[in-house]
Amino acid sequence: MADVLVDDRPTPAVPPRAAPPRRPSARQLERRSRVVRYALRIVVVVYLIMLVGWPLSLVAQRALGNGLDDIKELFADPQMMHAFKLTLFAALISVAINTVFGITISILLVRYEFPGKRLLNAFVDLPLAVSPIVVGLSLVLVYNSRSGWFGPALEGAGFRVMYAFPAIVMATTFVALPLVIREVVPVLQEVGTDQEQAARSLGANAFQRFRRITLPSIKWAVIYGMVLTLARSLGEFGAVKVVSGNVLGVTRTATLAVEEKYLNFDKPGAYATAFLLALVSVACIIVVSLLRPKDQG
Amino acid sequence: MAVTALPPPAATEPEARRRRPRRGGGGRESQLTWASGVGLGVSVMWFSLLVLIPLAAVVVTGSKEGWSGFWNAVTQEQTLAAIRLTVGTAFLVTIVNVFMGTLIAWVLVRDDFFGKRALEVLIDVPFALPTVVAGLVLLSLYGPQGPVGINIANKPSAVFVAYLFVTLPFVVRTVQPVLAELDREVEEASRSLGASSFTTFRRVVLPSLIPAIAAGATLSFARGVSEYGSLVLLSGNIPFQTEVTSVRILSSIENNNAVGAAAVATILLVISLVVIVLVDILQRRLVRRG
Repeated sequence: MADVLVDDRPTPAVPPRAAPPRRPSARQLERRSRVVRYALRIVVVVYLIMLVGWPLSLVAQRALGNGLDDIKELFADPQMMHAFKLTLFAALISVAINTVFGITISILLVRYEFPGKRLLNAFVDLPLAVSPIVVGLSLVLVYNSRSGWFGPALEGAGFRVMYAFPAIVMATTFVALPLVIREVVPVLQEVGTDQEQAARSLGANAFQRFRRITLPSIKWAVIYGMVLTLARSLGEFGAVKVVSGNVLGVTRTATLAVEEKYLNFDKPGAYATAFLLALVSVACIIVVSLLRPKDQG
Repeated sequence: MAVTALPPPAATEPEARRRRPRRGGGGRESQLTWASGVGLGVSVMWFSLLVLIPLAAVVVTGSKEGWSGFWNAVTQEQTLAAIRLTVGTAFLVTIVNVFMGTLIAWVLVRDDFFGKRALEVLIDVPFALPTVVAGLVLLSLYGPQGPVGINIANKPSAVFVAYLFVTLPFVVRTVQPVLAELDREVEEASRSLGASSFTTFRRVVLPSLIPAIAAGATLSFARGVSEYGSLVLLSGNIPFQTEVTSVRILSSIENNNAVGAAAVATILLVISLVVIVLVDILQRRLVRRG
């Protein structure tokens, strides 16, 4: 496979040696470009299958090796059920927070002018580039109840953040924060303000303009953003590992359970859990890719 | 949400306006109203509590023991080896992505064949798949019991393959829309003037793709450097061989060495910041090119 890649990579067109003395006929050119096209197609398909497709199908194969027994076993285990519920609940809260926050920030960034706008615009992408371990560490440093910046005060007020449910929610919200914004901002820029201004001149107030004009025009972008946020939140691993404490049946999420099961030689359990998580995330992608074309037009 | 709030009371609006410094060229962007000002305040506060203050805490804690403490933590032999492995591998993977990502984007935009929609889904899989699952996925094909007989588990090549997997979408997804928007007539003109299709690609298509490729490459480098989850089960985390920076930070955290962890985390954070700034500049350039 490596040879093929090296050969074809830099030349997505006719190889440079093709410098014939006489100009080739149109038919020759067409045939050559068809050969190149097939070659490129094969390289891409093989690369993607070797890197993503085949490994993914093997996980499904291993998870379903004993029929549905391994998966049924997971659902029979109360601690795994707790982990699934915990993961889902945290992800749903993260989606809700990031949707409200994302729409607000997007509208502010596109429609309003304020000092520090460019800085905010760049900073909202930060969570996508920061290592999940650094995310976890940063939350621990501020919110742990012994030496954190805010932790002791919150603990004194009877609110425990770190190594508990709020920390899991914060970590998943942190890592998925830019996804709604990235979907909504381009659409808002595209639709412009004509309709909003028309509505305003007809006497609509800010709330009416938002509900009747702005929201319908960004509806699909918000939905993609929410689906992507859901997938990202359900699957967060590194940040949650640092902040959750990973206590069995209390703060162990589904992704943490995959690692735990694999390291404890429960490979069928690990593959079954991984399969369920993969199923949800692939379903999210398919939903987005099926919805997306309808938006154009 | 700012815009859902009630319309601003007439008395407070001029006052709020007076406090905000005016910036040139109103155009389509309006000044803040009372309601949007509250929305901005609440959003920025939430963003600070969740993201900015915690990240600042990393830098502050990392520099608690002064420059020498920071330098000692970062230049410790095992940490240096981890940083070298992480940055080196991420760099290699980025180069592969520049070529393969552009090629994949080209095929997806210019070619049409049965199963193209399926490939589109495959490209997004690494973005949505939980990272620990990604590790397990790769282990099932390239692990000790894999069907192809290639075993990368616990070897440095595991880091390479894991990075390759998680960074797959970035270059493809930044180049694809730009390529789709390109005017094909310019290429046809170039061909009709006698340029070979390779020359056409190099001289006509490539220049307009370069900002997008660079933005995708930068994102893919950042993603590689910060990767953790997919390596947990795959690379074995052997010091000096397969231990990456994120794993190094985690083991410092687990040993209650917050200062050491924060010092190394500061390095990663600086890389992320540089990347964000670079991408911001490149995207502005993209927009200007239209």
